[in-house]
Amino acid sequence: MSNLIAENIEEYLKEHENKTMLRFITCGSVDDGKSTLIGRLLYDSKMIFEDQLSAIVKDSKKVGTQGDNLDLALLVDGLSSEREQGITIDVAYRFFSTDKRKFIIADTPGHEQYTRNMVTGASTADVAIILIDARKGILTQTRRHSFIVNLLGIKNIIVAINKMDLVEYKEEVFESIKKSYEELADELGIQNRYYIPVSALKGDNIVDRGDNISWYSGDTLFNLLDTIDISSSTKEENFRFPVQYVNRPNLDFRGFCGTVASGSVKVADEITILPSGKTTKVKHIIDAGETSEINRAFAPMAITITTQDEVDIGRGDMIVHTKNMPRVSNSLKVMVVWMDEEPMVLDKTYDIKISSSVVSASFKHINYKIDVNSYKRVQVNELELNDIASCKILLTRPIAVDSYQINRQTGSFIIIDRATNNSVGAGMIVSVSRREEDINKLSNKSYTDAEKALNKYIRDNFPEWNCKTI
Amino acid sequence: MIDKDKLTHLKQLEAESIYIMREVIAEFENPAMLYSVGKDSSVMLHLALKAFYPAPPPFPLVHVDTKWKFNEMIEFRDKRAKEVGMELITYSNPKGIDMDISPFTHGSALHTDIMKTEALKNMLDIYKFDAVFGGARRDEEKSRAKERIYSFRDEYHQWNPKEQRPELWNIYNSKVKKGESIRVFPLSNWTELDIWQYIYLEDIKIPSLYFAKEREVIEYGGAKIMVDDDRVPKDLREGSTKEMVRFRTLGCYPLTGAVNSTATTLPEIIQEMLLTTTSERQGRVIDSDLSSSMEKKKMEGYF
Repeated sequence: MSNLIAENIEEYLKEHENKTMLRFITCGSVDDGKSTLIGRLLYDSKMIFEDQLSAIVKDSKKVGTQGDNLDLALLVDGLSSEREQGITIDVAYRFFSTDKRKFIIADTPGHEQYTRNMVTGASTADVAIILIDARKGILTQTRRHSFIVNLLGIKNIIVAINKMDLVEYKEEVFESIKKSYEELADELGIQNRYYIPVSALKGDNIVDRGDNISWYSGDTLFNLLDTIDISSSTKEENFRFPVQYVNRPNLDFRGFCGTVASGSVKVADEITILPSGKTTKVKHIIDAGETSEINRAFAPMAITITTQDEVDIGRGDMIVHTKNMPRVSNSLKVMVVWMDEEPMVLDKTYDIKISSSVVSASFKHINYKIDVNSYKRVQVNELELNDIASCKILLTRPIAVDSYQINRQTGSFIIIDRATNNSVGAGMIVSVSRREEDINKLSNKSYTDAEKALNKYIRDNFPEWNCKTI
Repeated sequence: MIDKDKLTHLKQLEAESIYIMREVIAEFENPAMLYSVGKDSSVMLHLALKAFYPAPPPFPLVHVDTKWKFNEMIEFRDKRAKEVGMELITYSNPKGIDMDISPFTHGSALHTDIMKTEALKNMLDIYKFDAVFGGARRDEEKSRAKERIYSFRDEYHQWNPKEQRPELWNIYNSKVKKGESIRVFPLSNWTELDIWQYIYLEDIKIPSLYFAKEREVIEYGGAKIMVDDDRVPKDLREGSTKEMVRFRTLGCYPLTGAVNSTATTLPEIIQEMLLTTTSERQGRVIDSDLSSSMEKKKMEGYF
């Protein structure tokens, strides 16, 4: 690779134009050697510059834990406040690349009280690396990490059995941990699992194979990351296009801007705008990247669409193929991860941001909370920081959504506290009720005569608003 | 068919940045783009032009002028704003101008504090922007690796690393109270190599300071500083030499170290970057004091 850089840079650039991207999350606790593993990936893939290295050589002596050896963990432990504590306190994003792929690592802490960080990191990841200390095997936290990455829809899990050097590189240790993890993965229904024996400290099976684990003939971590297949069956998915912004530079142009969330669309396709249900056809598609018209667009391209008829379309609407529509409802069954110190309160009004819509909503019922260590279901009345629970949520107006299992983009949402504006939770749609429910009836809200008269006036004179009877 | 529907990493990064920009324009009342004239700002501006095509980007460019920027940067800035048809707002802290502040005589810390950090905060108070785009990347520096794409700032423009909102999927929380704001970093996931490669592929205009040329330089503060105008103290200038140099980042000329180089084309710059062994921030005098100095600066309100 470096030969080509020196000898023919233009050829090198051409090759690198065609790289793809892979995002992964690393899960492990303070002692699993996670920072060392990431430091090793960056170091061995030559992503570390000399000045950064000299800074950690200095720091290794001062705060490092490896004596006179280089403490690779210091490459990634960023903020001075956490360096003093010796732990990673937030999600950090790191980058490296090979000839084939650019990688984005979500580096998250494994300590229990920081579940929310792991959920955050997992939300954008295609692959998860779960670190297991070979001396300790599967711990409670392994179960927790596995549950979370599976909950967040990650289909590929790499189990890196680390510190093999401390168990004399014994194959039995590796095999026994692998066997126990298979049971755990079956219990959770994890799709694709890969196992690699490694020593992040010594560098075995990270980038280079090393001589210590001759009984293992599978991929090194680096090779696996480079070749792992993450192309889900997106082609079969159907077109979802949440409208972000209406671009109206002049009276002749009205373009609907957004990023294709899934599937693909062609010029002249018949489309439906949700939630209104109006239909039209695609007139033009502009590829934002090329600033030119194209015939077909697919996820995750940023595009601008114009329609054949003048239809009322705004931010928050979803454009879909008429032949395949998501459900439109205001009643959802969801999995919620609570992320705030203030507990979640039933019937309190929160704001939900889902795709490009912001809608008020309230939780009506907590079906159960999941203990992320034992996977047992527990009955509770409120949710506290880092709780994960199945809930029923009611929105103040119906919107178009999918289940998270089918579509990560249109099936996920964040919960915002209306008083503090904080993001207090994350949600994944499990199922959408067929029936729209009357939020007023459920909240027992009563209306004055004047409000009832106003409602009737709107229904009589503006039927196109689809106003509900109160 | 499957292969056809794959986006390259640069196309994915491009789409992500465009998504972020559109999201901001749709949700905030008074957004602006901090345009610092460097390569990252050039890429950011290029992406903004794409995001709102065929309309011009619906927000102004703002530049905090420390009065010690390379002269070419100012020329480039004015020319570029005119070309793209966007409003350009520039601001310099009158306090610094009154005291005739100079990094040479007052030191880099005071200069940066008054002309950059304080100036930026004043400017934000005057124009009341509720969202400001910045070109910072997560790969630049360790404290930036934890930065959100929407970075929340309180009414004093301060960044509290422990009170950042969790950021999941691509769903960004744009809620702010009066006086609070969000710094938005659409290039968060780009690396230095991505930026250069994209500039090369898209033929994006950047100042010629990035390309090697014979320039008059002095040794100052442990770095090679270009003699950009007559304000360089005479005694320092006496030992000046002419050398083939270029810059890996652009900022205030007395605080921006040049590197010896023969790279005069983009592929040569990229080649040099890939073969070199020092990171781009080393050229910035501001960072070299303490390994956590950037974190401190950010807490005070610097980008």
